[in-house]
Amino acid sequence: MSDEPTFQPKTLSARQILGARLGVNLRPALVGLLLLTVITGCLFPLALFSLGSRFFSDQVAGSLIVRDGVVVGSAWIGQGASAPGYFHPRPSAAGNGYDATASGGTNFGPYNRKLVDLVTQYAREYRKENGLAPSDAIPVDAVTNSASGLDPHITPENAALQIPRIARARGLSEGAVRDLVEAHTEARQFGFLGQPRVSVLSLNFALGQATVAAKR
Amino acid sequence: MRWLEYFVFLSLVIACARPLGLYLAALFEGKRVFFDPIRRPVEALLFRALGVNSQKEMPAGEYILCFVLFGAVGTIWLFALFLVQSLLPGEPAAGYLTTPMSIDLAGNAAISFATTATWQAYAGETTLHYAIDLLGLVSQNFLAGAAGLAVGIAFIRGFSRTDAAGLGNFWVDLVRATLWVLLPLSFIGSLMLIWQGVPLNLAPYTQAHTLAGEVQTIAQGPVAALEFIKNLGTNGGGFFNANGAHPYENPTPLTNFLEMLAIAIVPASLTATFGQMTGRPRAGFALFMVMVALFVVGLVVCDVAEQQSPPEFAALHVVGGNMEGKEVRFGIGDSVLTELVTSNGATGSTNSMPDSYQPIGVLVPLMGMLLGDIVFGGLGSGLYGMVIVALVAVFLGGLMIGRTPAYLGKQLRPGEAKLIALYILLTPCVVLTLTALALTTSAGLAGLTTNSGPRGLTEVIFAYASSMATNGQAMGGLSADSVFYNITTAIAMLAGRFATGAIALLLAGRLAAQPRLANTAGSLPDDTLLFAAMVLATVVIVGSLSFLPAITLGPVVEALQPG
Repeated sequence: MSDEPTFQPKTLSARQILGARLGVNLRPALVGLLLLTVITGCLFPLALFSLGSRFFSDQVAGSLIVRDGVVVGSAWIGQGASAPGYFHPRPSAAGNGYDATASGGTNFGPYNRKLVDLVTQYAREYRKENGLAPSDAIPVDAVTNSASGLDPHITPENAALQIPRIARARGLSEGAVRDLVEAHTEARQFGFLGQPRVSVLSLNFALGQATVAAKR
Repeated sequence: MRWLEYFVFLSLVIACARPLGLYLAALFEGKRVFFDPIRRPVEALLFRALGVNSQKEMPAGEYILCFVLFGAVGTIWLFALFLVQSLLPGEPAAGYLTTPMSIDLAGNAAISFATTATWQAYAGETTLHYAIDLLGLVSQNFLAGAAGLAVGIAFIRGFSRTDAAGLGNFWVDLVRATLWVLLPLSFIGSLMLIWQGVPLNLAPYTQAHTLAGEVQTIAQGPVAALEFIKNLGTNGGGFFNANGAHPYENPTPLTNFLEMLAIAIVPASLTATFGQMTGRPRAGFALFMVMVALFVVGLVVCDVAEQQSPPEFAALHVVGGNMEGKEVRFGIGDSVLTELVTSNGATGSTNSMPDSYQPIGVLVPLMGMLLGDIVFGGLGSGLYGMVIVALVAVFLGGLMIGRTPAYLGKQLRPGEAKLIALYILLTPCVVLTLTALALTTSAGLAGLTTNSGPRGLTEVIFAYASSMATNGQAMGGLSADSVFYNITTAIAMLAGRFATGAIALLLAGRLAAQPRLANTAGSLPDDTLLFAAMVLATVVIVGSLSFLPAITLGPVVEALQPG
């Protein structure tokens, strides 16, 4: 490494650069921030909104579900349901459970004692509610907290284990409930994206309607 | 089925890299592009308003000055917005914004969004006004991302130019990156997200009367304006606390897939831009293949780890792998893919909670960030990070065959070698020093409120690795909104953004000034499979030499402890 470079790249000292160049570049920095903030922070959202509200008015408002003029929830946001006649969503760490202003998970590591205690408790309750033997397998989504605390879905396996309980509580046949579950099960998107899943909220709404119909 | 999804994802990234890379090369070289009749007048108008002569070249020093200056005015703008937020009109109502905007939190968040790190020590839905989301965060997601891309392009010019004094004009590159790369892609992408169900409005939080007879307040807002650009600009800070896991940010597997593509395609295509601008497409492709190889290894390891259930689940007869902190619509497959893309892509928009991952599952994203996010990586920073690792490989190779090392006909003399060494040493110095500081002070240890032991150590090193890589994802168990963490993570973010960027540009300035050596039979081949393997080995050697002791005490010890 003794060979000296045959040329010296022209470098300016820090003071020279600051003195000569700061003034020149201050205007583009300030005007650039202003103009580009207007374009990206005002015009861009405005253009998106005008197109979005025209073609996807339901989605831009948050995919709200309205029954008899009252907002009862959003198609995407899970909500708590603990009565035996409803399908139960996953446990939730959002606030005191399904608090849609406090999304989040437990952040417990897999070796954390708090996680083990929590899952043990969830599993005991799940077995008791659904009449499962201690050796019966439980799908993991039924006894773990989701990342958002607002997971609107459960797995089809989890839903299947809840069917007998629902049928008993509502006086419906297990077959009728199973048909409803199937109708509210979404397949993988395009056959390969994501996981098959059951939308708990829409299923519970459909259950309510089916029960009313059966009683007539 | 998840393997098919992994395969389709990688195939799409590979397929997009070349066409997009060639477009970027043409755009930033000022060559003809198909929409020139619109581009030229708009640019002329903007450059006149900015007072910029688009033909004027900047030497490395001035380019750095502009990069830092633009980061500084962005930071000040955000800081001012945060401090006056209670005076701003609009939703959400003040009652919902329960997180106090302290000076240290405002400073941390301002630096975080102006450096593309978008580390968040707060929860979006309980902290920020919609006005700040749009005027502050959405716009800085564009502008900071574009500034990073500009630096990446200037870095490439160091290799593509000979006997040149300049690296291009920062303002010209910034405007082009914003208007002709990020804006159109974001517009299309955001519309697709809205179609799939991401909300966009300025309405108050929704009051829903639930089935159980309760009132559920649903936080929402202009989510779709932020969602795509936060990924495309490799920023990643979420609208909500749960970030990409929140159903409003990421309602379907398709939105997740699109958001992952948004992170990876532009950084991946920069390898093709590099090949095109330097006239050595095979050299760019070799670097791309190194990225793909590292990505595949990480994906497989993380996938296998997360398919395992936590140790005590078996006794409870709970089956189905590690779903704690993961969403049903994504399952383990989409969660792992997203963790890999976001951790390596300098974009913290995870759709699952890394703190609930298996020890080896969390080791993979941690290593990705410690290596400097060179697999695809951040806009611009991913490319220069990878090229600098390649330069280390060239240097080691040159030592072995006893020649002055050269890459693409540019010699690595002592001055260049010093800058490369400085760049490589910067991450371990900053990350390990700050980690040691946090672990030996009560202020640092006070953050470990959720987990302890080896996982606590992992949380701390993860926080600094993430800040340094301008990634921004966190193991959420760490309580990071304290004066200590707000200041120390801000230091790491500033170093990760501006110190690494400045070194890369100084190096590029020296290389651009060099003539190009002719390739001879004695030159080290820089575009072959052998060279790619050497780069891969260099990544492993540099990474393990720097971080093996630290990661041994964290994830490795945790993985080895008896269940």
